[in-house]
Amino acid sequence: MPQAALTKKGSDMSMTTGLQSNDLKNETAIDIIGMNKWYGDFHVLRDINLNVARGEKIVICGPSGSGKSTMIRCINRLEEHQKGRIIVDGIELTNDVKRVDEIRRDVGMVFQHFNLFPHLTILENCTLAPVWVRKMPKKQAEDVAMHYLTRVKIPEQALKYPGQLSGGQQQRVAIARALCMNPKIMLFDEPTSALDPEMVKEVLDTMVSLAEEGMTMLCVTHEMGFARQVADRVVFMDRGEIVEMNEPSAFFSAPQHERTKLFLSQILH
Amino acid sequence: MRSQTHAFLRTEPGAILPPPKNSRGMVAWMRLHLFSGVVSTLLTLFAVYCLARAIPFLIQFLLVDAVWSAADGAPCRAGTAGACWAFVGQKLPFFTYGFYPAAERWRVNLDMAIGAVLIFWLLWPNAPRKSVAVIIFFIAFPLITFVLLRGGLGSGLLVIGTNLWGGIFISLIVSLVGIVFSLPIGVVLALGRRSRLPMVRFLSVTFIEFVRGVPFITVLFMAQFLLPLFMPDPSYANSFDHLLRVLIGTVLFAAAYMAEEIRGGLQAMPKGQFEGAMALGLGYGQMMRLIILPQALTLVIPGIVNNFIGLFKDTTLVAVVGIYDFLATVDAQIKDPVWTGPYISTTGYLFAAMFYFIFCFGMSRYSQFMERRLAAGRSH
Repeated sequence: MPQAALTKKGSDMSMTTGLQSNDLKNETAIDIIGMNKWYGDFHVLRDINLNVARGEKIVICGPSGSGKSTMIRCINRLEEHQKGRIIVDGIELTNDVKRVDEIRRDVGMVFQHFNLFPHLTILENCTLAPVWVRKMPKKQAEDVAMHYLTRVKIPEQALKYPGQLSGGQQQRVAIARALCMNPKIMLFDEPTSALDPEMVKEVLDTMVSLAEEGMTMLCVTHEMGFARQVADRVVFMDRGEIVEMNEPSAFFSAPQHERTKLFLSQILH
Repeated sequence: MRSQTHAFLRTEPGAILPPPKNSRGMVAWMRLHLFSGVVSTLLTLFAVYCLARAIPFLIQFLLVDAVWSAADGAPCRAGTAGACWAFVGQKLPFFTYGFYPAAERWRVNLDMAIGAVLIFWLLWPNAPRKSVAVIIFFIAFPLITFVLLRGGLGSGLLVIGTNLWGGIFISLIVSLVGIVFSLPIGVVLALGRRSRLPMVRFLSVTFIEFVRGVPFITVLFMAQFLLPLFMPDPSYANSFDHLLRVLIGTVLFAAAYMAEEIRGGLQAMPKGQFEGAMALGLGYGQMMRLIILPQALTLVIPGIVNNFIGLFKDTTLVAVVGIYDFLATVDAQIKDPVWTGPYISTTGYLFAAMFYFIFCFGMSRYSQFMERRLAAGRSH
């Protein structure tokens, strides 16, 4: 199966592919099978099994140190797993740098601290990867960038530097920057945790609209309202393992595991 | 009137007022910076006293009592205590070109003019076609310099061996080559030192620590006497150009220091910048070239320029291995019997000091200018 998917991959680079539509829903986007990870002797991720369908939106929550961020960072190899398999878009993650690069091209990531490049303008932040990784002509990359900057509602900031923008604006740029690579999957690692309270909504709104268009999304977040609104499944992690996983209505109204109940009672007042 | 309750509601906006008068202006500035306390006042008065003593003396020595023109040293011996600028004026061609034949000195002038234009082009912030300037400066200019100054190679120019080169222009060549080549080699060494490959890391660390652990003079001696032994054919050993040996030694020495400076910048980079670049699919080379190095190098501009300034002054040490640099020409000429006088050596060394100061101060100011420029609008 990875073989067939590998051949399919290369041709998918054009901008016309667009976001996945519903008829692809049953196809697997990410398959994590028996994944384990250690930091030295510390077993941070224990036997993680998660299958994400195309177009599916997954919200991952759990107490700090539970391994949520580590897990999604394994998906684009910012962290290396030591046991088990991770198959992203039909490509299995190995030490092969080429495969890692292929996966990173198709998996966008948004970080807690934005990680915009402060020495480049907003527009340059957005065109950098399409030009250097996708080999897109500069003019076309700028058109694409302006398209997505308009979508996240900040086209007028294109020529400013990240340091001149508010946190919420920077995070929206980070989302636009990831979208410029036309990714098939988006990973969000606590995208609103570093924001001032009044800026959380503008970022969440952007994520909701992205979800409505059918993007495959994995979000580590504590925004339970967002989880209720867009998630197909909520994953609860604790101490490096997936403790409970369910659709949001059931997850919030009738949590099964004691640890889930405790966690929810603490964050939902 | 104060309300009795703790509740408060603003009904009209607060007035926006100018700052109090005594916090601005000359008097306020002086009170704050010069006379803010007993110690500060005493230091200010002491500094004023020192300047009051030094400045009239310097004006007297450098300008009023100085000898501005003379055919030989006689007026400088006869007059009162003053600098002998006539000596500098007369010896300036030798200070500039060393033993380079007088009839061929236009070649040095032409080359220095080309270099000055290119450097100006590169350093001018918004100059057009910088990439062209970079290519000319780093590829064409070294070749032009070599052919123009040395001659031969079908250029029709008289061959002038590097043993005849000397003075300011050789100081500039050694400094420029050291500055220009130490930076890229330093970047490679710094990246090597942080590499995940143990062999690359080992070689980088060994080189850096070895070169840093040895005085510059030692490196120069090694370049002069050991480098030829590494030539594949022993018969090349003697023909291996002496200036080239010194240039190689200088570049390697400066690169080791540069590497450590740049490593500091790399270490100051937040992890998120690496991750942001990797998550977008950028390869290692692209990440370093486009994201990490531009920021890391900007962070360490003061340190890099500090190294450049140190290197510029250290080039005077090449005289020890027989390169006739600017300071060596001054050293030689103050012993000229025609120009003996009580203040000849003082004047000669003052002139050398001014030369080095102007270049170093220029580099320092330019780096501060660039720091301010790069900082504008780019805070994290």
